[in-house]
Amino acid sequence: MSNEQVRKMTDIMSQFVGFTAKKLPDDVIAKLEELRSREDSPMAKVIYDTMFRNQDLAVKLNRPSCQDTGVLQFWVKCGTKFPLIDDLEALLKEAVIDSTIKTPLRHNSVETFDEYNTGKNVGKGTPTVWWDIVPNSDQCEIYTYMAGGGCTLPGNATVLMPGEGYEGITKFVLDRMTSYGLNACPPLLVGVGVGTSVETAALNSKKALMRPIGSHSDNANAAKMEKLLEDGINAIGLGPQGMGGKYSVMGVNIENTARHPSAIGVAVNVGCWSHRRGHIVFDKDLNFTVDTHTGFEYKEN
Amino acid sequence: MSVELKDGKKILHNPISREDLKDIHIGDIIYLTGDITTCRDVAHRRVVEEGRPLPVDVRDAAILHAGPIIRPLGDDKFEMVSVGPTTSMRMEKFEYEFTKETGVRVIVGKGGMKENTERACKEFGAIHCVFPAGNAVVAAVEVKEIVEAQWRDLGMPETLWHCHVEEFGPLIVSIDSYGRNYFEEKKVEYNKKKDEQIELISKQVGFIK
Ligand code: SF4
Repeated sequence: MSNEQVRKMTDIMSQFVGFTAKKLPDDVIAKLEELRSREDSPMAKVIYDTMFRNQDLAVKLNRPSCQDTGVLQFWVKCGTKFPLIDDLEALLKEAVIDSTIKTPLRHNSVETFDEYNTGKNVGKGTPTVWWDIVPNSDQCEIYTYMAGGGCTLPGNATVLMPGEGYEGITKFVLDRMTSYGLNACPPLLVGVGVGTSVETAALNSKKALMRPIGSHSDNANAAKMEKLLEDGINAIGLGPQGMGGKYSVMGVNIENTARHPSAIGVAVNVGCWSHRRGHIVFDKDLNFTVDTHTGFEYKEN
Repeated sequence: MSVELKDGKKILHNPISREDLKDIHIGDIIYLTGDITTCRDVAHRRVVEEGRPLPVDVRDAAILHAGPIIRPLGDDKFEMVSVGPTTSMRMEKFEYEFTKETGVRVIVGKGGMKENTERACKEFGAIHCVFPAGNAVVAAVEVKEIVEAQWRDLGMPETLWHCHVEEFGPLIVSIDSYGRNYFEEKKVEYNKKKDEQIELISKQVGFIK
């Protein structure tokens, strides 16, 4: 592929990542507005007021809204005929380095075992890139995510015995909300993954966080469980910042795959109120659409 | 006067005395005008484990558990770009000794703290407050001036940035000078409700027949 195209896609991704550090997705803003209007304690109100003032100032002053801009993670669904497929992983890394300087993003990549911060926000295996290859397609879909420290911490996965059933899943998820969830900057988006082993469940739980707020699983039982968990966690009343309120979560999303008859893999992952996820879709000529955010404009250099 | 009431806001001005904290209780919302110094892991370690005096005088003033992003303006002047509280719990094991040594009155951070800090707040007359996390721009614009930077050898996040702030907040009191702990009390309530909900939901998810 021409260097010109690689440079252009790098540039678009760098700017898009930077933009998502400053402005939350439309569905997150709408949900926060809804939750804000339903809280009536002075404390919850003051916290929501601060959050909205912060998001306004971030856009106005062109600064990242939270100082923790996380580890960058990309889930790509790339067509086998997308012209830049060979360059994609390398250009995403370049885009993160570029955005780290220009946005600016915090340096959040520490090499494990050697234990030093690379100072570039990238390292071995970071940014994280998960691949889904789509046959006979020439477009490329990219979900972007900033995984902050506070909201990464509650993540947990295990394998239950079938006897523990979906009741066991319920306990596994709810226990995590009161131990770690309350420090992960609620209201949270909770992603639950169900599958056959730890890594299938874990990946499902992360993919669940990429789904829009208010969306439902197309499996009727899973959708029913999403609603039960959402109402149940809300009833705990973590409120904004875990300091108490009528609600705890922006939603619960479940993603599932099949399992071995003797095992139920389950994982929970959370997004904080500052849920910086983005979704951008490129066609083969690099025309793109963004459906998570209004207001993103690419400025050609 | 160290406690001012303005447009319904309770604002602490330093120097803050033990007496000033008497009517402040867990769950209260307050603001701070005056001095606050960023102070986190290594600075706590130096004071408590190495017995080094803190080079910024925080007696009757405030510290902030945070690692900010700072823009140097030249001529030893700095601008606060972004500052958000970091998890206070990491400082828990040092906070009793630290409060005793430094005489700090207001400790600001993220999330709750435990027994050591409760003990310090009660014995020495101090409070721990939470600044709602994820609001780094609000916090940064409430910093009016960075008056000094000490222990710069620690790098940007760990340097003691001594700031002048105006109506810095909202600060929600999580441990008061009576040693009451908001998060610990809340957790009892959360866990009770959680157990009720687990029972309730479990009755409706018997998908394995
Ligand atoms: S949990 Fe989210 S909002 Fe809170 S400090 Fe971390 S990244 Fe920021």
